[in-house]
Amino acid sequence: MLGAGGGTSSYKEIETTDLIILWGSNARNAHPIFFHHLAKGVRNGAKMYTIDPRRSESAEWADTWLGIDVGSDIALSNTVAREIITAGLVNTEFIEHSTSGFATYAESVESWTLERGEEITGVPADAIRSFAHDYAKARTAQLCWTLGITEHANATDNVLSLINLSLLTGHVGRWGSGLVPIRGQNNVQGGGDMGALPNKFPGFQDVTDPDARAKFEATWETSVPVEPGWHISQMIDAMESGDLTALYVIGENPAQSEADVGRTRKLLEGLDHLVVQDMFLTKTAKMADVVFPAAAGWAETDGTVTSSERRVQRVRKALDPPGDSKDDIEILTMLAGKLGHDWELQSAEAIWDELRSLSPMHAGMSYDRLEALGGLQWPCPDENHPGTPFLHAWLWEDPMPREPAPFSVVRWVPPVDPLADDFPIRLTTGRRLDSYNTGVQSSGYRSPIRADAVLDMTKEQAADLDVAEGQTVKVTSRRGSIEVRVRIVKGLRRGLVFMAFHAPDEVDVNRLTIDAWDPKSGTAEFKATAVRIDKIPEG
Amino acid sequence: MIESVLPNPGLVEVTVNGKTVLARPDATILEVCRAENVDIPTMCFLETLSPFNSCRLCVVEVTGSRTLVPSCSRTVDRGMEITTESERIANTRQTLYEMYASTVDLSLADADTQRWMAKYDVSPDRFGHYEAHREVKVQDDLYIRDYDKCVMCYRCVAACGPDAQNTFAIDVAGRGLFATISTEFDVVLPDSACVYCGNCIGVCPTGALMFKSEFDMREAGTWDENRQTITTTICSFCGVGCNLDLHVQDNRVVKVTSPIDHEVTDGHLCIKGRFGYAYLQSEDP
Amino acid sequence: MPESSWSGAEERVPTDDHVAYGGFHGAASRRHLLLPVLHAVQDSIGWVSHGALNYVSKRIPVAPAEAYGVATFYDLITTEHMPARVARVCDDVVCKAGDGNKLISDLEAELGPENTANGESMWVRSACLGHCEKGTVAFIQRAGEQALTIAPATADEIAAVLRGDSVTTNTPPVPAPFFTALTKAHTMGAAAVRNEVVASGIRGRGGAAFPVGVKWNGVANAPGDTKYVVCNADESEPGTFKDRWLIEQNPFALIEGIAIAAFAVGASKAYIYIRGEYREAEDLLASALEVAGSDLDVDIEIRRGAGAYICGEETALFNSIEGFRGQPRQKPPFPTQSGLFGSPTLINNVETLAAIPGIVTDRGAAFAQIGTEESTGLKLFCVSGNVGNPGVYHVEFGVTTRELINLAGGANGEIQAVLTGGAAGSFLTETQLDVPLTFEDGRDSGISLGSGAIIVFNTDVDMMEITHRIAEFFAHESCGLCVPCRVGTTRQLDIVGRMREGSDTQTDRRDLDNIGWVMRDASICGLGHTASNAVESAIRIGLIGSDA
Repeated sequence: MLGAGGGTSSYKEIETTDLIILWGSNARNAHPIFFHHLAKGVRNGAKMYTIDPRRSESAEWADTWLGIDVGSDIALSNTVAREIITAGLVNTEFIEHSTSGFATYAESVESWTLERGEEITGVPADAIRSFAHDYAKARTAQLCWTLGITEHANATDNVLSLINLSLLTGHVGRWGSGLVPIRGQNNVQGGGDMGALPNKFPGFQDVTDPDARAKFEATWETSVPVEPGWHISQMIDAMESGDLTALYVIGENPAQSEADVGRTRKLLEGLDHLVVQDMFLTKTAKMADVVFPAAAGWAETDGTVTSSERRVQRVRKALDPPGDSKDDIEILTMLAGKLGHDWELQSAEAIWDELRSLSPMHAGMSYDRLEALGGLQWPCPDENHPGTPFLHAWLWEDPMPREPAPFSVVRWVPPVDPLADDFPIRLTTGRRLDSYNTGVQSSGYRSPIRADAVLDMTKEQAADLDVAEGQTVKVTSRRGSIEVRVRIVKGLRRGLVFMAFHAPDEVDVNRLTIDAWDPKSGTAEFKATAVRIDKIPEG
Repeated sequence: MIESVLPNPGLVEVTVNGKTVLARPDATILEVCRAENVDIPTMCFLETLSPFNSCRLCVVEVTGSRTLVPSCSRTVDRGMEITTESERIANTRQTLYEMYASTVDLSLADADTQRWMAKYDVSPDRFGHYEAHREVKVQDDLYIRDYDKCVMCYRCVAACGPDAQNTFAIDVAGRGLFATISTEFDVVLPDSACVYCGNCIGVCPTGALMFKSEFDMREAGTWDENRQTITTTICSFCGVGCNLDLHVQDNRVVKVTSPIDHEVTDGHLCIKGRFGYAYLQSEDP
Repeated sequence: MPESSWSGAEERVPTDDHVAYGGFHGAASRRHLLLPVLHAVQDSIGWVSHGALNYVSKRIPVAPAEAYGVATFYDLITTEHMPARVARVCDDVVCKAGDGNKLISDLEAELGPENTANGESMWVRSACLGHCEKGTVAFIQRAGEQALTIAPATADEIAAVLRGDSVTTNTPPVPAPFFTALTKAHTMGAAAVRNEVVASGIRGRGGAAFPVGVKWNGVANAPGDTKYVVCNADESEPGTFKDRWLIEQNPFALIEGIAIAAFAVGASKAYIYIRGEYREAEDLLASALEVAGSDLDVDIEIRRGAGAYICGEETALFNSIEGFRGQPRQKPPFPTQSGLFGSPTLINNVETLAAIPGIVTDRGAAFAQIGTEESTGLKLFCVSGNVGNPGVYHVEFGVTTRELINLAGGANGEIQAVLTGGAAGSFLTETQLDVPLTFEDGRDSGISLGSGAIIVFNTDVDMMEITHRIAEFFAHESCGLCVPCRVGTTRQLDIVGRMREGSDTQTDRRDLDNIGWVMRDASICGLGHTASNAVESAIRIGLIGSDA
């Protein structure tokens, strides 16, 4: 791949780019301030494509919306790739200079004719063709995506297939051209940066790299296991197999947020010991043996987070945390003490400075500079470095300072949960504007526009089912069933319904979703569930 | 890095009150003057929004121009001679503030406006005393709108519309002195296209638009900006990384804004950033 | 593939399920249809209801709040329930000098008070309707039927139409055109045509008197592939009716002038923005375009105003065509660089464009021979009020106001006051009556030629009432964008109102002076710049106030 995992571009770039692609993202609702930048770009004349099964609020902005069937993203990207190749629109110079594996890749997409693409994605061939040609011919293009790409069982392949398109056309490594994953939470990027991945140290340094390990072991004065750890989906499997018997959960609510939550809850209950550290007594916390009440990271403690444009920014303590709840640093330090390690309670800044000494990409980001500059974008290797607005400029250097960027052969596979006569309708999930994740944090204010606990469908679908707006129906998947009220909307079609996941106490949508997960990233397939919808008999 | 890929236009020479200054050719007179610490009053202008040319308080004299020139929207020309203070200008600004005062309640106008009104020796009742008479619109738990205080600066319309949020829940309706900011047919906000991003409130210069939390505290007499701290942090509700200014009084968040000079938000937020803090201080944790 | 109707229409077609086109750019490209669509609703229903507005909003699409903002900007579009037939009866200054007040009191006696629904009808007072040479005027909107103008109008005639009596309107037959000047222009080439216009020395006839040739060269030389020609036919200045008269006389002269202009500046699309109350003239133009259209290289489209004086201001007119509120834009940039839809735009008045075929046929030099050095050619003057033969007079630049009045049959009775340039103009002193009506003499002596209106008031007219009507006109027509004009026009009206009640204080005089000065110096557009001219001159020469 292209090295460190992060969006290549700055938000500002989308304001002046020529072509905007929003793939599997309803940014207008899920990332409204990113959409402000995007809207500026459209107003400045950029052409916009949206690829999304739903014609969402964001898709309504697009010059062309490609309404693919759920889970056919790779079918579309491979078709686009083949069209770019056969139409002679590849950036030959870039491919020869900056990439490897083109021939094999070209061969792998050869079977993806426009006709086959239309058959699998549902999108008319000439629309796919226009998309391919516009992307290839654009002077600059920003290819943006969110969880519509990554919450699938083949998430990593989905992303690789988009990277392939950027390599084919040279739309990466330049101001205005890049790959832009917008993250779902304020520190998804920062979690990765800090090494909260099973196989990475902070700064995306590999745990299997002996030099890196030696550096960290020296500073941490301890030995670090050579073997990568487990990601969350592997942990759940390990609970099932009995290999994992104790769990320490910090700031997650797996009893409600995981796909196929029925199974997850059963496994959590079966643990020998469960420790939960959270701001709330969440459903998971209620199951725990020990609960550490934590302060709100963004308002009651000091620290940093990293945004989707790799911008490290300061969070600051504005409030004293309530009751006995404590800063995560303090909790961990106290716990270390109980475990026999007498750690000194350090400030967030002192810990950050240690991180800077170990992670070269963060080395130049002192608290003073973060304060003065409104954050810095990594990599920022020294204190005179201005930060990096876009990544991979090296692809355009001559000679190339690194190995060329490889194409990846990516195969399309249909969603794991197939449609069938008894489960004929595709349910997909997503976020609404005024709510957040499992609703724990966003249900505190009275939003006049809240509509979390509804099942969206078109009026044609409702007519087929003989149900009306507001009527409660039973939705059943291969894993469970829930009852939910119907709301009539546009932007869907027959055979495609939508639910948000913000109100699990009212409507437990993850009882339906499938926990098939991507072996490469560990992300579960939230976006593609096969369901049946039944009327509930009156009375 | 950004500098190396964006064109770097040549600078032009202009004079501000007799002093020679170098300016970008696409800079406005106002930008150039404020960079020189020349005090120019504004009401409708905001750095992050397009100029509306409504208040005309920012007018200056430009040699060769028959009429006064709005400094917020006029870009500089090579050799432009700009005068920012004169009897003609002072008299105009004084009269404009007096015109405002005869049509709206300026009691909660921002501190700069209060300062400028004193500077230009404004007699608020010159064209008649304005009696507040409109009912405050309280239509949900998040916003209030008090159009007795509305100066028709258009900032809220631009922030709701083309310059930021692109939702267009409100626009100007009617004409002349009877023009108002309105939803279609004045429907209540929850029935409009409003998505409660609060960006209209964020840009309002006169307190006509206000978070209900602030309004309620003002009504109760507990709002006290001297006892408030403002702490900048990052919103936790998605991965964009919006800067939040938490206004805290008595260890409670009472208002959320965003710094206008930060390039991620330009001072704008969404409903979650504005109101999502509520759980921090819920009575029933 | 056709644009998707999904985002707007209630129903969608199966092919929309997996693809849709349009988006932001699609909606933006249809925004200009908003005013024509609102007109269509108003014409057929008589008003624009909430449901109708929502439907319009979805179909274009445009945000309902924005559509409402546009609808409420115009007098001829109403968002409150209206009777099927509404008579708008002129009570402006020229009518007041004639039988206008009598007509109003007749209507009050016959139909009851204004602005009060009476079954399916209603009458309201209106600003000048541009038929001043005919006496009293009424413009009647009829739901489901063509709106019409009655001039001269009596209370009985208005009442009959309001009752629903059918009216026969006869549109004069349109003769076949001979576009010899256009043919000649094509032979000469665009640059040569512009050179002739420069040589003619013609200045704009709309009021601003800008050299036309400079404008044409500005547009022709401006960067950009798309350019527009716009004919400003939004003739709304009280006492002005020459553009309507010209269209009625010979719509082809205007069409040929537009075609030559488009050729000369490189435009393939032109708009004629005609005043919303000029429905008969609009029909005539439309018929003429139907006859002439296929012979032209330029696509000429008529756009109808909707009752807003401000839309005569060129940038407000662009906003109106584009489907936005008809508010002016700050200049610069000037239309020659960034006008309609942000493209370089040539905007000229009807009279200016109608003079172009003559300039091309007879050469610019010949045109420059007529008139004075700075004011070349012939000019149309609208002489109205208390004169023997009110009408349009086509004369050489250089005649005096007194000569024009004599040409129009002389004053009826003793002249008390003469207003030139309409509401935006000023009252003349006795000596000013003998100043030649040229741009240069006007500039030197403070006379506004403006649109060419000359309104004569004899000693029977209440000049206080006339001045008050002018102040009322500006308070009603101010768009409300900029503070000096939004508030200033109303405060001016307040003070003139007090003067009308007999109060005339030093404070009010000083405030009026100050308001006028700030409006002229700090307003965004010509409306505010000129809104105090008439009031100030009326006081200055002692027509109103304690000196009167």
